[in-house]
Amino acid sequence: MPEIQVNGVRHDVAADPQMPLLWAIRDILGMTGTKFGCGIGACGACTVHMDGNAVRSCITTLADAAGREIVTIEGLSPNGTHPVQRAWEANNVPQCGYCQPGQIMQAAALLRETPKPTDQQIIDAMSGNICRCGTYLRIRAAIKSAAEITG
Amino acid sequence: MTTFVNMSRRDVVKSVAGVAGLVLGFHLGSREFPHAEAATPATFEPNVYLSIDQTGLVTIVAHRSEMGTGIRTGLPMVLADELEADWTRVTVVQAQGDAKYGDQNTDGSRSMRQFYQPMREAGATARQMLEAAAARTWRVPVDQCRAEDHAVVYAGDGRKLPFGDLVEVAATLPVPAASTLRFKQSNARRYVGKPIPIVDLRNILRGRATYGIDVVLPGMKYASIARCPVYGGAVKSYDATDALAVTGVERVVEIAATPMPSGFKPLGGIAVIASNTWAAQQGRDKLKIEWDLGPNASHDSTAYRAEIEATAKQPGRVARSQGNVDGALASAARRVSADYFVPYYSHATMEVPTAVAHVVGNTCETWSPTQNPQGARTTVAEVLGVPEADVTVNVTLLGGGFGRKSKPDYIAEAAVLSRQISAPVKVTWTREDDIRHDYYHAICAQHLEGGLDADGMASAWLHRTVFPAIESTFQPNVTYGSAGELQQGVTDMPYAIANVRCENGPAANHVRIGWYRSVYNVPHAFAVCSFADELAHAAGKDPVEYLRQLLGEPRKLDFAAMHVDYPNYGASLDTYPVDTGRLRGVLDLVVRNSEWGRPLPPRQGRGVAVHRSFLTYVAAIAHVAVGDDGQVTIPRIDLAIDCGLVVNPDRVRAQLEGAAIMGIGNTLYSNITVKDGRIEQSNFGDYLVARTDVTPETHAHIVASSAPPGGVGEPGVPPIAPAICNGIFTATGKRIRALPVDPALLKTS
Repeated sequence: MPEIQVNGVRHDVAADPQMPLLWAIRDILGMTGTKFGCGIGACGACTVHMDGNAVRSCITTLADAAGREIVTIEGLSPNGTHPVQRAWEANNVPQCGYCQPGQIMQAAALLRETPKPTDQQIIDAMSGNICRCGTYLRIRAAIKSAAEITG
Repeated sequence: MTTFVNMSRRDVVKSVAGVAGLVLGFHLGSREFPHAEAATPATFEPNVYLSIDQTGLVTIVAHRSEMGTGIRTGLPMVLADELEADWTRVTVVQAQGDAKYGDQNTDGSRSMRQFYQPMREAGATARQMLEAAAARTWRVPVDQCRAEDHAVVYAGDGRKLPFGDLVEVAATLPVPAASTLRFKQSNARRYVGKPIPIVDLRNILRGRATYGIDVVLPGMKYASIARCPVYGGAVKSYDATDALAVTGVERVVEIAATPMPSGFKPLGGIAVIASNTWAAQQGRDKLKIEWDLGPNASHDSTAYRAEIEATAKQPGRVARSQGNVDGALASAARRVSADYFVPYYSHATMEVPTAVAHVVGNTCETWSPTQNPQGARTTVAEVLGVPEADVTVNVTLLGGGFGRKSKPDYIAEAAVLSRQISAPVKVTWTREDDIRHDYYHAICAQHLEGGLDADGMASAWLHRTVFPAIESTFQPNVTYGSAGELQQGVTDMPYAIANVRCENGPAANHVRIGWYRSVYNVPHAFAVCSFADELAHAAGKDPVEYLRQLLGEPRKLDFAAMHVDYPNYGASLDTYPVDTGRLRGVLDLVVRNSEWGRPLPPRQGRGVAVHRSFLTYVAAIAHVAVGDDGQVTIPRIDLAIDCGLVVNPDRVRAQLEGAAIMGIGNTLYSNITVKDGRIEQSNFGDYLVARTDVTPETHAHIVASSAPPGGVGEPGVPPIAPAICNGIFTATGKRIRALPVDPALLKTS
């Protein structure tokens, strides 16, 4: 039985170790902030942090996640006060909002690694996250303002 | 009534209910989606959209669906403004599907234009009743009592009662007649015209917003459905042995196929029922199914394209005719002709089609991201054979809509399955299901011919369009477009040309055809705005100057004189005429604010397009750069919009920014092809959409207007493709007439 740690809490997950982390988080742990978008790691909606790095939970198995520290959008900050969340709020980024947890987790991992990203670094880090509403412009602006907040 | 359990939100509901003393019937475990139910005596509920309780909490019902346009915020803003309510003391609840709210089908960019006035009336009604309640309480003349910032103030001595204290008396008063309502002056508006953040913003950013895919019921099962790869096919036989061996899989059941045209009803297939989504998907992959592929198994989009292109070369049904096109073409100093093609597209909403249903006896309750809750209610009632009154449709947030979620087939699937397994069930489509079983945007071929006089002015315009009609998804043997489809950029061609003929040729459908953001305006604006640019070039004129000439003196199109059946998106032509002056206005605005005319390096260029759709006028200028490898990048897009009165300017900007992105995807990447009746694409690896790397610097320019509100969600998309392709022409001298753009055509040799 895989044991995973999500947002600081240990869980014994009664499921096939090959189950993608995404579905374990959503269907078994009941945390629905992490979204399904494609199932093949091609859209970024399911992005979570594993030991601080952004990973696609739809192609990360429970076995891969065992013993690692997983953080989901629900655990990114206590009250939505992470600099990325604040910057997203200030820029009114979301339209439908569905992809935004994944975008936020991706951006937070980028800024952890690269506190002052260049435009190209932002594009490179964020190109795996699709937004069909087309909020990319504001996402980029928000990442820059989050870099200011953290910087 | 089933309790909606979403554990992550329960604490929030409790605290909100506790603090505010809510008396509304909270059955959902989510603050965002409590039911608006019958008021208790202490609640003032002057109409279906509004209630105010004794604490002063104003609850506004959002009856239109939120898919990202901001309408769940925008319409309540209108009501709250007219009510003179404090926005921080307003809560928004989502309506169930119910005809008492009026039209709820959130499509056609019409929520604001249809409900701006009803929301004002709802707010004004309540405000006047609260003022009357204060007058009665104080025994003073009502005309001395004025609502101001969530209270009523007496002009005589400045005394004041908060709304909450007036609720009990107000609830006993007669509702004033609409003719007696007084509306606020525009300069007294508190919220309308201001950039207000969407009500769901913080929940979204914290992962707490509830979409359809997030709904969980106690005892709920999870379903994944294998559908026939060809539209109209059915299950011949199947073997579920291996599927049932997957851990977590509980049952395998068949959903009967709906004969073509299947409309809003399920396609049918084999459903695997499991204890979680992953197990259901694993089991479904292990099904062995033999399909009867049906009559569409030979559909091939390449052959079909050749077929509709050939049809477009032949005369079709005339939808608009003025003057003598054939004569004018024959006598033209110069003739130009061009053929345009736009492929099938898939909506690819980030949230796939998904729904939860719970059938108990002859009643059914559903939870889903739907644009069309009343249509869902009707469809579920039909597939279950129960009265509509016994079907309850709850509406969650939508993770994208774009027209896909106007069709409730996925909700009907959940309902049928719940009845079969006697348990609540969630149907979740895979992305592959979504790409392969969509209601596709119509493939379209067009042929245009133009005649120019000796001065280069257009004297003749012939436009033929051929596409499978959306009605073919609902009725058999439909091969021609409707007036409502031809109005979208064909019969409303706005140029001042003396001889005009617009025709529509027949096309059979072989896949489900459906509304996709901006619908037939996408291909038609591409052709019409590209052809205008081709005429400008043939005339040797600057495209903007030429467009101004084509638009001519400001005038309103006279459809009666042209013998055109013009539905005008369901709106009155008196209130919402097709006004070429407003087209000219947005053209001039975008030209002033972009860098039109400023020199650019080699292989860069700007393109322009202007188009009216959904009662709104949009002009676009795209700055395009073409690499030696033929790859197109778009450093900048400027968009100007005249949508009449603007309620939330920040959301209008957001819609234009998003329209640029979706327009770029349509232009450069997205393409659905069909072989042997099967969709060849499957996921975001082969169905390409715009990503952040192609995002231009986008500038939205909004016309300040007090004209009646028009559409916002869709009108930004249609001019994008022609603006980009006209820019490609300026950059390279190569004319793009088929989407998506083929970089091979643009390589330096």
